[in-house]
Amino acid sequence: MWRWLHPYAKPEVVYHLLGRWLPWVTLGAVATLSIGLIWGLVFAPADYQQGDSYRIIFVHVPTAMLSMSLYLALAIAAFIGRVWQLKMADWALAAIAPVGMVYTFISLFTGAVWGKPMWGTWWEWDARLTSQLILLFLYIGVLALYHAFSDNRTGAKAAGILAMVGVINIPIIRYSVEWWNSLHQGATLTVFERPPMADSMLYPLLICLLAFALLAAALVMQRMRNEILRQELRRPWVKAQFAAELTEANNGQKGQA
Amino acid sequence: MQFDSWQAFINMGGYGFYVWLAFGVSFLALALVVVQGLQARRKLQQEFVKEQQRQQRLARRKREVT
Repeated sequence: MWRWLHPYAKPEVVYHLLGRWLPWVTLGAVATLSIGLIWGLVFAPADYQQGDSYRIIFVHVPTAMLSMSLYLALAIAAFIGRVWQLKMADWALAAIAPVGMVYTFISLFTGAVWGKPMWGTWWEWDARLTSQLILLFLYIGVLALYHAFSDNRTGAKAAGILAMVGVINIPIIRYSVEWWNSLHQGATLTVFERPPMADSMLYPLLICLLAFALLAAALVMQRMRNEILRQELRRPWVKAQFAAELTEANNGQKGQA
Repeated sequence: MQFDSWQAFINMGGYGFYVWLAFGVSFLALALVVVQGLQARRKLQQEFVKEQQRQQRLARRKREVT
């Protein structure tokens, strides 16, 4: 397996591979997001209790679920970076953390805006909401530590350790609604049971989940490419890459003039 | 189609403010991430150009000295 994986440990190869996939993943994300959101906003029926306010679910649930998946990916990358000393696993921290942070923020914000008309409050210090807020702070902490040191390896090490320790928060978020009396309702989507939701609402929700997953993948890939360039800025292949891009841009301008 | 008119769609059964606030801020946040990523790439390119110009200057000076 190592022989097969070995070429993929080269930053240059990964950069070009991600570059080849990125347009397709982006296209998929835009297409599924348009379908899912239009279906959810226009064609899905209104909820019999919550009326049209429930339509926030099509952003809230996917981003909340993915904020946790992205954190697991972050922790796995940190683990690989620490144990096998793969520098690209370390760089993945810088690619995943900002995306996870924004997804966490979106889940918190849409939750607050949904909570106001349904629960009568924007915010409550309840187990689910508080643990999700801690997830946001964990992401911010990982990002801050990563960029806090002039030596990049030290920063990645510190950020990786925080990312691994913070994993304890993930089961707490997941089971908070069962362990504590929470204002928040139970899980909407579960793997092994049929969700207690009408198909007309479930299908657009699943499409939105796929769409936000593809979008997260595209954003992480974009950021990973940037991080590879940033780390390898003095390498000949990066210089050749930029030089080629600049001549292409110049030729384009000449062609227009 | 759940809504009869454009107004009904915007109104969202009286929850329009909450629904559109949630969607609006979410997409603003996502757009900021995309733009920030693109800007970071452009900044790296500029850094490369600056470095190249610096090295050309150094090479020229060396030639003048010798």
